[in-house]
Formats: sequence, C-alpha cells, structure tokens
Amino acid sequence: MSTAIKDTQQMIEEVLSAYPEKAKKDRAKHLAANDPTGQCSTCQVKSNVKSRPGVMTVRGCAYAGAKGVVWGPVKDQITVSHGPIGCGQYSWWARRNYYNGQTGVNTFGTMHITTDFQEKDIVYGGDKGLDAALHELKELFPLAKGIGILSECPVGLIGDDIEAVSKKVAKEFSIPIVPVRCEGFRGVSQSLGHHIANDTIKDYVLGKGKVEKSTAYDVALIGDYNIGGDAWASRKMLEEMGLRVIAQWTGDASVNELGIAHKAKLNLIHCYRSMNYICRHMEEEYGIPWVEFNFFGPTKIYQSIRKIASYFDDKIKENAEKVIEKYKPIMDAVIEQYMPRLEGKKVMLYVGGLRPRHTIGAYEDLGMEVVAAGYEFGHNDDYKRTYPEMKEGAVIMDDATLYELEEFTRRLKPDMVGSGIKEKYSYHKMGVPFRQMHSWDYSGPYHGFDGFPVFARDMDMTVNSPTWDLIRRKRN
Amino acid sequence: MRVKDHNELFQEREYLEQFERKKEFENCPSDGEIQRIAEWTKTEEYKEKNFARQNIKINPAKACQPLGAIFCAAGFEGTMPFVQGAQGCVAYFRSHLNRHFKEPMVAVSTSMTEDAAVFGGLNNMLEGLENAYTLYHPKMLAVSTTCMAEVIGDDLNAYIRTAREKGLIPKELPVPFAHTPSFVGSYINGYDNMMKGILSSITSGKKGEPNEKINIIHGFDTYTGNYRELKRLLAIMDIKYTILADVSDIFDSPNTGEYKLYPGGTPLADAMVSINSAATIVLQKYSTVKTMDYIQKEWSQQVLVLPPIGVKNTDAFFDEVSKITGKPIPQEIEDERGRAVDAMIDSHPYIHGKRFALVGDPDHLLGLISFLMEMGGIPVHIVCTNGDKKFEEEMNSLLSESPFGAEGKVYVGKDMWHLRSLMFTDPVDLLIGNSYAKFLWRDTGTPLIRIGFPLFDRHHLHRYPIIGYQGVLNLVNWVVNTILDELDRKTINTTSFDVIR
Repeated sequence: MSTAIKDTQQMIEEVLSAYPEKAKKDRAKHLAANDPTGQCSTCQVKSNVKSRPGVMTVRGCAYAGAKGVVWGPVKDQITVSHGPIGCGQYSWWARRNYYNGQTGVNTFGTMHITTDFQEKDIVYGGDKGLDAALHELKELFPLAKGIGILSECPVGLIGDDIEAVSKKVAKEFSIPIVPVRCEGFRGVSQSLGHHIANDTIKDYVLGKGKVEKSTAYDVALIGDYNIGGDAWASRKMLEEMGLRVIAQWTGDASVNELGIAHKAKLNLIHCYRSMNYICRHMEEEYGIPWVEFNFFGPTKIYQSIRKIASYFDDKIKENAEKVIEKYKPIMDAVIEQYMPRLEGKKVMLYVGGLRPRHTIGAYEDLGMEVVAAGYEFGHNDDYKRTYPEMKEGAVIMDDATLYELEEFTRRLKPDMVGSGIKEKYSYHKMGVPFRQMHSWDYSGPYHGFDGFPVFARDMDMTVNSPTWDLIRRKRN
Repeated sequence: MRVKDHNELFQEREYLEQFERKKEFENCPSDGEIQRIAEWTKTEEYKEKNFARQNIKINPAKACQPLGAIFCAAGFEGTMPFVQGAQGCVAYFRSHLNRHFKEPMVAVSTSMTEDAAVFGGLNNMLEGLENAYTLYHPKMLAVSTTCMAEVIGDDLNAYIRTAREKGLIPKELPVPFAHTPSFVGSYINGYDNMMKGILSSITSGKKGEPNEKINIIHGFDTYTGNYRELKRLLAIMDIKYTILADVSDIFDSPNTGEYKLYPGGTPLADAMVSINSAATIVLQKYSTVKTMDYIQKEWSQQVLVLPPIGVKNTDAFFDEVSKITGKPIPQEIEDERGRAVDAMIDSHPYIHGKRFALVGDPDHLLGLISFLMEMGGIPVHIVCTNGDKKFEEEMNSLLSESPFGAEGKVYVGKDMWHLRSLMFTDPVDLLIGNSYAKFLWRDTGTPLIRIGFPLFDRHHLHRYPIIGYQGVLNLVNWVVNTILDELDRKTINTTSFDVIR
C-alpha cells in the first residue's frame, strides 16, 4: 500500500474519531483513500445504503429524485405534488431546467401545483380529492399533454390508491395520467426516485409518441436536464455532427419525446445514475444500444464525440472530426486565457451521482486537480467509474455529512469546493471559494463547446475573486 | 474573450433555429391555438372556472409547518433543529432558508425510511439524538416533525425520555419538542408550535420574582434587519429585553473566515427566565397564536400584539412600550418619525391613488396595507394563501377604517393563479409579493415590489428593516422608486421622460 493511500486513511480515521461507535463503524465504510487500480481492497466505499440519523446528511428523498430531477423538467405535462404543501414549494423551479413554451398555457415547468393535503385528507384519504383535482386541472389547462401525480410521504402511509384514480381519469381524458410512487421515505436517497420515475415513463409514456419519419442518424439525448441550457448546448453539437436528436430526456422534454425515444438508433446517456434504467430497458425491449458520454471540458468532449461517431457511418465520423477541428481553436483559447490563473489549484467535489467524476476532465483541462470527490447518492457502479479518474490517495466520500466535509476541507485545504446550496454558505464563512455544482450557481450552460467557456470563466471568478482576500481572518 | 452564458447564448440565431427544429418532435399545438388559449386565460370566463376549483392549489404562497419550526429553533443559542421524519424534508428546509438568506443553516433529520414507517421511528430518534449531540455539540436539541412521523404517530415525549434513560444524551440537555404536521396550517403555525414547545420546556420550574425585562417575539419574521432595528430602538429607549428566537446572527453572521454552527441566538439563560419578564410583546399575531395563549394562561403574563409596520402601527408600538415600561419616547425616535413622515409626504404624489395587488403572509399583509393606505395607496386584490377566517375579518376591519380601503377584497386560502385571473380582469398598478410573484409580473406586466418570503432573486433585501420608522423609510423607498423606474420605462420615447421627478 502506498504512502499516499496510508496518509489519507489515517486522516479519515482522525475525522471519524468524533462519531459515536455505531455511527463511526458505519461511516468508515463510506470513506476511502483512492486506489485508481482497484487493487486495494480497503479502498472501495460502500454506497446506496441508509444514512445515519442525526448526522446531517446532505441527501434528499425519492420525491426529489422523481419530481425534482426526472419528471419535473417535462414541460407540457402538469406535475402535481400530491400531498402536503411543502415538497412542491421547496422544489419550485429550483433546478433551472430551461424550456421553451408559454407557461400556464402549453407548458407548466415553472408552476407549483399541489393537492395541498389537509388533516381531512389524512383521515379520510386523498383519492377523491385527487380525482376532482385532475378534473379541475384539465378544465384550466386544456393543452396539457399529460398529468403526473408525484406522491409525497403521507400518500403511501395512508394507503391511497392513486393508480386506480389515474387509470379512471386517463380513460376520460385520453392523455397519460402517471401515478408516481415516489414517497420520500422510500429508498435511501433521491436515487430510488430516479428509478421509480424511469419505470413510470416506461409504463405510461414510452412507445406512445408519434414521429413522422425515421433516419439512420436518429439519437435520443438521455439524462440531460437542461440546467442552464446544458441540453441545448449538447444538442447543438450533436446536430453539427449530422445526428438527428429525436428526444431530449428530460430537459425541455415534451411528453411526445418521452414517447418516441425507442425509435432512436442509439441512446446517448449523460447522467448515468438517474437514467441508466430506461436505457437498459430500451436495449432489452427494443434492441437500442446506449453509450455513456461526457460533455464537460474539451478533452472529454473530443473523446465522447468520437465515441458516439463510432456507432455511425463514415459521414458522421468525418463530421465529428470537422466539429472538433472547428471548435478546438476556441477551446484552446479558453484554456490559454484561464489556465494561468487556475493551474495547480486543488478542487474538492461533493455532488449528486454524476458530476464528481464527469467534471474532473474539465477541471484538468484548466490545469486543476480534484483531490476529493463524493456522491450524495452514487451506487457501486458510479464509484467504479470514479476510481480510475482520480489520483492515488485522493479522498472518496459517500453520503458525506456536514461534519466530514468541514473536516476534510480543513485538512486538504482545497482552493475551491464544488457542492450544493446547503454547503455553499458554510464555505463562504470558512473563506473557501465555492461553486454550486447542481445549479451552476445560476449560470451555465456547462455542457458542450458553448458550455466550457462559461465553466472556465466561473471557476476563475470563484477561485480568484478579490473578495476572499477581504476576510480578516483570526490569527491562530 | 467575451464569454456568453445562458442569458445571451440562447437568443442567438443558431439556437433559435434549433428550437424551431426541435418542434418537429414535440407535437405541440399550433401557435394560433396557444395564443387563443393564452388570451382565454385572461378572461372573466376563465376567472370563474379558476375560482371554482376546490381541490388543487396553483402557485400557492405558503410552505409547511416544520420550516417555521426549525427557523424558530435556530434562533436560540447553540440549538440544533432536530426533525423526526424523512431526510428529504430537512434537505428542502435548509435549501429554502439558504436561498433566502444566502447563509448556512444547520438542521438534522432522523432519516426515517420504510422500516420506520412499519415499526415507528423510535430507533431513528435514539440514534439521531446520540449522533447529533456527539457530533455537533448543541446546547439544546429542538425536535419537530415531518408529516411522516405525524401520520405514523410517533410519541416524541416518550422517545426523548427513552434517549435520556439510555444515556444517549445528557439528562440536563434541553430537548423541547413540537408536533408540526405539514398537512395543518403553514410555517407560521410551525413557528408558533415550536416557540410554545421551547418556552414551555425550558422555563419549566423557573417561575420567580417578576423582573423589569420585556420579551419580544418577532414571529415568523424573515427580515434580519428587523431584529437589529428593534434592538437599536430598545437600546435608545434604555429598555431591557429578551428577544425570543433572535435569528438575526444566525441568518446574518459576519464573515471571519471561521464557520460557526451556532453563530448567535437568544441566550438560553435569558430564555429560561423569560417567564419572569414584565410582559411579552409579539410583533406578529398569526404566527404566535398558541404561544400568546400559553404565555397569558401559564405564565400569567401580559401579552401585547404590536406589529410596528407603517406609521400608525409604529406609533402604537412606542406608545404601548412606553406605557408598560414607564420609559419616555426619546426625541431621537420622535425625529426618526418626523423624517419618515417627511419622506412619505415627499413621495405621496406617485403613490396616491395607485392600485395594488398583494400576496403574502397574514401579518405582513396587515402591516403593509396599513402603510399603503397611510400613503394614499389603494389595496385592491389581497391574496393570503395561509390566512384564516379571523385574519379575513381583521383585514376587512382594517380596510373599513380608511376611504382608501374601499376597493380592497381579501382572498383567504387562494393562490397566485387566482391572483393572475384577478390581475387580468381587474388590472392594478403595482404588485407586492415574494420572488415567485415575478411570474405575475411577467404575465401581466405589473411592476413587482419584492416584500415577503421567500426572496430568492434579489440580494440582501432581508437585511433592511421593514419595522419602525426606519422600516417606513425602506418601504417608501422600495415602493416609490419601483414606480419611478416603471415610469421611466414607460415614458422612454416620450417628452415625459423627466429628469426631475
């Protein structure tokens, strides 16, 4: 075992010493020193299991995964937060899944629609109210292409039958009414919500859309939620390669696009964690191959473009090279501009299920090094994809707590941290440059050739803002 | 290199063309059909349908009880808000408060999952208390609940007792609790329940000789500037006080390069003897209903409701405070009043006769409408999603006190989609609401003055007080300058584009 790994392991042990025995034993399985080769048996983290109570996990719930991530961005269906008032309020237009359309008329993305459960609904059940609510919605929004019913905790606990209500109302309306059993207590994180949402797309929408013609170059863009316009920047590149993007899942998606992805010749998946389920299904059911790709930063983009092109004929392969040729000077100019200010800077990342590994290349393009990375809701297959991307002895964290993040920061002294809104301001107080890597801190896009300049600019302003130097730190 | 981000990028021709191409797969209605429906949503006919709905809320202006509970708990020294229930809720509460204040906020959950749904949440509570105490060293753990714990009926009192008996937390550690079901009321009730829970727990056995202090309870008040303003004013008056749930340093802490989990709050020692204060003043009524009742009945303490928003309300505040403390109102405050009134007089021509739509929490609305009518403004549509019958009566009575209130109609339990219909069928000049009201600004073109909660899309507004005479100045400033900005926009190509207004 190398010194780098040993040193990190010792640091992890020190951090863990603050926990009570039971929690310490559990948390020890979720923190590791990285071994890129996969040889070291103690360097693998355990994942996708329950968080310890009271430790301040960063994780959310199945509803957040199903409503906030997968179904919420679908623009022309109405997403009903079914249950008490809070869940829909807190997730209201917080993820910035951009879309085109007239809100409140033919699209509904920035609206918060809820059955607002009262005590009587808990006591007598909410099915009757739901049925009536669906009718009221249909009356007010005749152009809606579907209605999703996203269950909150009480719905599952009181034993409501939202499937029966959906079935009945779907017949009356002849649009999909999709019951999504994503109660927050199910599973251990957002992750199960993604899976449940994938399953409901499969059961209620997939295969039911219309597309007039098919070409040999039809692809579906899966697992891009168009945060700050990411999917649009990605689509632009795919179209320049000569591919025809027939469906975007689910950023700026329409119900019809969810219904026609099975007509693609290849499924392109960006966020593996949240949508691999549906790709596997389409592979089994329709024989559609799928390929993971990474559109963060030029190195990974070039690799990904070539990888995607390899599934198609020479025309697409040639186009891929032309696209790279066209954008490479621009990417080189971005690097030339920002690298001098960012080279050698250390980054710590703690995000959801994809970005801690997917953005490493983009940071490296700018000369930065990711010294610690962790997932809120990654699974074993995510970590397997992460180990080789990181240096030996880097810290790998699963379901980290506020305490751990703070302690690792103290010890690793990263030049910047990328994580979420709950972490952001504690880092501001610590005087550690910080960027929200869920919402791009209200910037973006970060995907694609149009995204990388924005990414580079944002990392530069994060690390090099003169405001950090104004903090009058206590002398120790 | 000039970097273009989303604000510009997607207006470029190649993206606009991309959006057109994408329509091939969207199966969307024709532009004509979309336009027809869009126009229809602005009609009286649509309004009737909209108001006929009983079973669905669309863009409501409220959130659930536990948010208010953890906000209240955070305002006490060294206190870790501790939520018995599912973990996603706490992630949401923290995010919501982070986004409004742009500050960190701690709270833990007991991460209840399916097994807790079957067997109850005892084990989660026990391990949660032990972990939270050991890891985050709180001086108090304030327990509230999510709807999950409420539906399965967790017995908080018994669980906490068990934790103490098992030695998982120290015997003397205060662990107050409150039931805060999300399916009853809103965050204003959660605040109330938690406040009552904390006070009844930590003042137990502390009844002694009355002292000269007064207690102040702000209620669900998300303006940190209000707390600082009140402290300033009471210091000027030389009044000894205890602010119960002083969140100001929690949600507005100085940057020293050091992160503190608990950067302030009401000292627990002070909170414990608040039972012996001469009186309690609440600045919000509807977020303190149960707390007031408790203090009056259990502490036999005088409770006064004195929300100091607007001139008359602030006058009443100082008159009453002076009366109960025997301290005169100093000239300094009288001068502040004079300056506030002077500002109102200077700006009145632009506000007089302007018609307003408002959406917000009950206490905010009462204060703001009182202020607007003092300026000659006309409240027209008043939407209060989390208001009740009593609020409706009080609002109607307030409106009836002024000729400027004649047009005002209050809509309790309605939401911002109702307000949209009202603003199309009976347009107004100005809109007051939280950040989500910007969708109404976009749809109807009515300028929005951001007052309320949450405020996500403008920075630092919560640092400025809206209470006291200083608060009056801030309100006048926001209202009149929103009007003047709009006037400039409207007259930009006319001779009326005045440089002196």
